[in-house]
Parts: sequence; structure tokens; C-alpha cells
Amino acid sequence: MSWLLEPSGVGEKFLVMFVAILLFVAVMSLILFVVDRPKRIPNWVVALGFVGLPLAFLLYGLVRPALITLWNSFFNRNSTEFVGVDNYVTAFTQPQFQKVLLVTAAWVILAPLLSTVIGLVYAVLVDRTRFEKLAKALVFIPMAISMVGASIIWGFVYEFRPDQAGIQQIGLLNQLLVWLGFPPQQFLIGQPWNTGFLIVVMIWIQTGFAMTVLSAAIKAIPDDIVEAARLDGLHGMQMFRFITVPSIRPALVVVLTTIAMATLKAFDIVRTMTGGQFGTQVVANEFYTQAFRQNNQGLAAALAVVLFILVIPIIVYNVGQMRKAEDIR
Amino acid sequence: MTTTPTPGQAAGPLVDDDVPAEPRKLTRLEKRAIATKGRLSSPWASGIAIIIAILWTIPSVGLLVTSFRPELDIRNSGWWTVFGGIFSGEAEFTADNYNEVLYGNSSNLSATFVNSFVITIPAVIIPITLALLAAYAFAWIQFRGREFLFVAVFALQVVPLQVALVPLLSDYVDWGINGSFWTVWLSHSIFALPLAIFLLHNFMKDIPPSLVEAARVDGAGHVKIFFRVLFPLLVPAIASFGIFQFLWVWNDLLVGLTFTSPAYRPMTVAVAELAGSRGGDWHLLTAGAFVAMIVPLIVFIALQRYFVRGMLAGAVKG
Repeated sequence: MSWLLEPSGVGEKFLVMFVAILLFVAVMSLILFVVDRPKRIPNWVVALGFVGLPLAFLLYGLVRPALITLWNSFFNRNSTEFVGVDNYVTAFTQPQFQKVLLVTAAWVILAPLLSTVIGLVYAVLVDRTRFEKLAKALVFIPMAISMVGASIIWGFVYEFRPDQAGIQQIGLLNQLLVWLGFPPQQFLIGQPWNTGFLIVVMIWIQTGFAMTVLSAAIKAIPDDIVEAARLDGLHGMQMFRFITVPSIRPALVVVLTTIAMATLKAFDIVRTMTGGQFGTQVVANEFYTQAFRQNNQGLAAALAVVLFILVIPIIVYNVGQMRKAEDIR
Repeated sequence: MTTTPTPGQAAGPLVDDDVPAEPRKLTRLEKRAIATKGRLSSPWASGIAIIIAILWTIPSVGLLVTSFRPELDIRNSGWWTVFGGIFSGEAEFTADNYNEVLYGNSSNLSATFVNSFVITIPAVIIPITLALLAAYAFAWIQFRGREFLFVAVFALQVVPLQVALVPLLSDYVDWGINGSFWTVWLSHSIFALPLAIFLLHNFMKDIPPSLVEAARVDGAGHVKIFFRVLFPLLVPAIASFGIFQFLWVWNDLLVGLTFTSPAYRPMTVAVAELAGSRGGDWHLLTAGAFVAMIVPLIVFIALQRYFVRGMLAGAVKG
């Protein structure tokens, strides 16, 4: 049965895939069959049939690992000796890690803000124009591209060639600089701006999300409000400032928090473009480095917990919003 | 939408627009469109919109054009020069880069392309099925602690994947399944659940309770209600989350990187490694990136409006 674990060749791989799906379907059918069989069964048994497996998965795969990681963060690099909060002290006091936290903060603040602002402006500008559909699709498509793919796309835009006779720039951005009469730059090496150039990639990906959600929110603003404002003599920027933005405030908040959460956990861009070198390291990638390269499980766990703590306020806020929405419903 | 029309399907304009608009809204929008005609008359406004559209499109165009140029040309001149070359007949295009990146010794992306499919399909089917059942229970079965459990599940989005990696990995090693497809399927299924349950629950709640009540009065049990009454109505919602999950799994780097052994790694990992080890070989990188992008792009463009609905359900209601 070794092919189940180590399939070789395309045929066996797909065979394993079908076996896995069939297995899953069989288990689920059995569970549903059992809870549906008897005539009078207590509700909680039925509920257990429906939510039991998902909850077990979550307990096993998220809750338990989170607790283990929290526990490990108080131990040394190979989890043999209790060291208290030493790992956290290291993470917050050593200049190397302070820098990582600072760079992460730049990501979490800049990426959501700029994506949202650009997405909002664009949504307002193309709203109800003839090219709305196409214009939206152009900005939306990067959402489908993996961060690895996006990193390569932008790596090519930033590509640098030394400024010598007979050598042409092949990166678009450096060619623009040369055309304007400036020397070409190594965008991904010069600190601190290189972090900015990496954040651009995230903004490029996330703006489409912001634009789509905000555009829907704008279209949902009631007509009478717009009419009344127009009768009051509001136009252009004033309309935007006093009617559009306040009306879509909930959507704005959701977009900001969603992108912030995605940014905080993402490490693909940094990993693919600079590998965290040249002062571009973020917490999510430093975690990977510590856990799988430096084999410092204690510090890695502490970094993961820091990540965890940073996301909590965002989720708490969202739960609050959700509760409010439930009440309205 | 081949199912029989029912009241619940008044959410009909699902296939109509990228915005969840009700029929009457359309006429209202039209009215407003007339009222605001000439809104973009300001050259500044159209200028900014066009600049943004160009900034968002040009980088990908550059990648696509480059991936079809001969290696030597890529090294010596920028991709934009081909537009001059087309007119003078000097521009050369080739599929060599794709050949090398797909079947060449250095990368052999074709094998990882298969892996990406094998990883993605169960990693979409399994969590959606589980999440559908859980969402149904949270929406329509009365049991103690339901509220609390639902909020807890939603809040589990707080756990960054990074937190779960090391403990899960050490389990997989203990069980002797580490590096196989099974670990990736299991991990993706687990990680997708909080968001999936939340989104599908939102869709379930939108179905009129009278429909479920009627079925219950007719003596249908929960399993029957789920499959006969709710499932057909949820097809658009399932499609929207299915696309979301497909993109997420196909584009994932972290899980694939951590749990697969080299023979079973997905394409994102292979492409990322290509970028790390051959950072200057743009003829391989551009072609590789495009191969990795093509499937999600097709799925995304073909099913865009479903995807947008799912996104809005999560974002606006959240």
C-alpha cells in the first residue's frame, strides 16, 4: 500500500486523490446515515453529526497547536528547558528583532491604508462610466495571482542593470529613471525604501478587493440622500467627503481590517523577493526562518504568539460588528 | 441555475451582475446614471482612473511579453522594445522558455503542475462539505451552546497558520505520513474551516425560514432538509466559496512549503525556489510565473461574478 503515501507518476497521484475523496464521502455518508436513522433522537445527537467532525478538526488542527505553541514559547530552542519570558524579551529587545517588528508595523499600516484609499478613489471614479466593467476587471485580476507570481512580476519591474555603456535596463522602472535622466537604482537593496517597494506588491494585489467591496457599498447608498445633498448644493469633492465616505464607513472598516489581517500573516512576498535580507524581514517570515532554518523552536513560537496577539484586536472588533449585524437581522 | 425556481431563488440576479443588486435596483441605478451623466467630464478624474488602470495592468503585460522572447533578447533589451520590433519585423517570439521551464532538467514544472491539481481538488471538496454541514447546524438546528460555538469558530480566524505548523508537522512525522499529499489535504481542510463555516452560514441564514419550516411540517428530517431543500439553493454560494478556496489553495506557499516532500510539492513552491536559485534567469522566471498563474486566472475570469458575491457576503456582512 505504499503508493497511498508515495504515489509515483501521474496516474497513481490521481488515484490517491480519488481514494481520498471516496474515503471522505464514505465517512460523511456513514455519519449522516447514523444520525438520520432513528425516529426520535435528541437534537444534540443530530447536531453532533453535523458539526462533530468540523469541530474535531478545528480542535485538533488549530486550538491544540495554538496552545502547544504558546507553551513552547516559554521554553528554549529545543523545548528542553523552561526559560520563562526570555524568548519574548529577545523578540522585543534585540535590535535585529525590533527591526522586524518595525518593518511589520510598516506593512500592516501602509498596505491596508493605501489599498483602501486607491481602491476607493478608483471605485468612485469609474462608478457608472461606460467602461466600468473592464476598468474594474483590470484592477481586480491581480487578486487571482499568487503572491509568488506577483513577486516575480514586480521583481521584473524593479530589475536593475549596472549603469554602463552598452547595457540597457530591462526593468521598466529603472528604464523610466534612465529616460528621465536619473541613474538606475537597486530598488530591493536600499533601506528603508526597499520595504516600501515590497509593500507596493501587496497593495497591487489587495486594491482589487478594496475596490470591489467599496464599489458595492457606494452603489447601495440610498438615492434620496444623494438627491438631498445635491439640492443642498454639494458637488464633487464635497459630495465625496460628506456623503460617500460616511455612508460606507462600515465597509471601509471591514476592508481595512481584512487587508491588515492578510498582510500580517503573509510572508510570500518577502520570501520570494528578498528572502528577508537587506532589512526587509517581517514577523511571519522570521518565524519561518527561526523554526525551520535556525531550529530555534522557542523563539519561533514566541514570534507566532506575537503574530497571534496582533490579530486578536482585529478579530474582536469584527466579532462585535458581526453581533451588531445579527441584531439588525 | 438549473434547479427549479423557488422563493429562495429570488436571489436570482446572482448571475446578473457583479453586485448583489435586486431587480428594482437596476432601474434606480439607471435613473441615477442619467442624473450623473457627464460625471467623468473632469479630465483630472479620467486621467487618474486611466493611470491607475495602466499601473495595474502594465506589470503583468511585461511578464507575458517577456515570457515569449528568446533568452538572449531578454538579457539585452527591455520587453517594451518589441513593440517597435513588431513594425520593423525584428521582434522574435518563441515558446522555448515554456518548454524549458515545463520539461527542462532545472525546473520541470510539469510534474508540480500535476501536484497542484492533486492537492487542490480534495482541499476544495473536503472543507466545503464539512463547512456546509457545520453551517447548517449553526443556522437551523437548535442545540445548547450553539451561539457560543459559532462565535468561537469565527474567532479561530485569529490563529495564524504559523502557530499551527510546528505541532502539526511533528504529529505527521510521528504518524509516518509526513511529506505525502494526505498532510496537505488535512491541513488545508482544517485551515479553511473557520472562514468557510462563517461565509456559508451567512448564505444559509438568507434562506427564508418558512421554507425550512414547511419541509419540517412535511416530516423531513435534518438530513433530508439539508440535501433536498437547502443544497440546491446554496449552489451559487458553494460555487463562490469553492472559487475562493481554489484560489487560496492553488496560490498557497506556506502550507505546501512546510508539509510536502520535494516529489509532491505544489507549483508555487517550485516557482518560488526558481526565483530564489535563479533570480536573474528571467526567461525561466517569467514563463514559470505565467504557467503558475494560468489556471487560477482562467478559473477567476470565467467565474468572476460568483467569486465577487462570496467576497461581498464575507466582507459586507462581517
